[in-house]
Amino acid sequence: MAGPGNTPLTLFGVTGRAMSAQLVRMNAAASNLANAGNVASSDAAAYRPLRPVFAEEMDRRTGLSTVKVQGVYRTDTSAVRTHDPDNPLADANGDVWAAPVDENAEMVEMMEASRQYQNVVEAMQTAKQLMLDTMRMK
Amino acid sequence: MSQSASSESLFGIHGAALELRATRLNLLSSNIANAATPGYKARDIDFGAALKARLAGASQSQAEAGATLYRVPVMPSLDGNTVEMATEQTAFAENAVGYSATLEFIKNRVGEVTRAIKGE
Repeated sequence: MAGPGNTPLTLFGVTGRAMSAQLVRMNAAASNLANAGNVASSDAAAYRPLRPVFAEEMDRRTGLSTVKVQGVYRTDTSAVRTHDPDNPLADANGDVWAAPVDENAEMVEMMEASRQYQNVVEAMQTAKQLMLDTMRMK
Repeated sequence: MSQSASSESLFGIHGAALELRATRLNLLSSNIANAATPGYKARDIDFGAALKARLAGASQSQAEAGATLYRVPVMPSLDGNTVEMATEQTAFAENAVGYSATLEFIKNRVGEVTRAIKGE
């Protein structure tokens, strides 16, 4: 893919990478939602929500900036301890540790990611149309 | 000057304007792409100033560099990102329409010259 290091960054490189980054964000939110309510037998074994962190990636030759996923990190919120002695995963005290997933926050994250994805697609379509108009000159 | 003398006299102001519009389109796309990047500072080209510099004899890159400014956010966000979707999309739309208009002028000019050559 076009970008820093090899070829100069183009508009399609910028938007393509931005779309990939938003997709990583959507996947992380989906993983978190899928694991909501999961329980484990210890605090350390409980699922921690994933959160991608974006960073700017600038191509000095063209002055364009695109996005890269700097990393996908686990949030360090502590697991929710509930007393449930009947659960087969319960520890010696009869406690289980539930994944600290905030469903509302994840849904908001997902909506924001999809809106931003749409915005980028819209911008790319407009730019592409203008490029085609210029190329055809008609 | 990057533009040749013949294209300058053929298209006048529109050649330079189209190049600037294209650069601005890319820059605004960068802003939209970085809407969720912490610490990203949105940039924009002051089109009027850039075109004025271009017509005063500055090169394309000089004119762009001199007129590229950081966006002042209406409401700064906590993560240091200064992209505001409403502002960016308005600027993008305005620029796209400007690009189309300039392109239309160029097309018409090409049509005129073509007709003159054919003697229709």
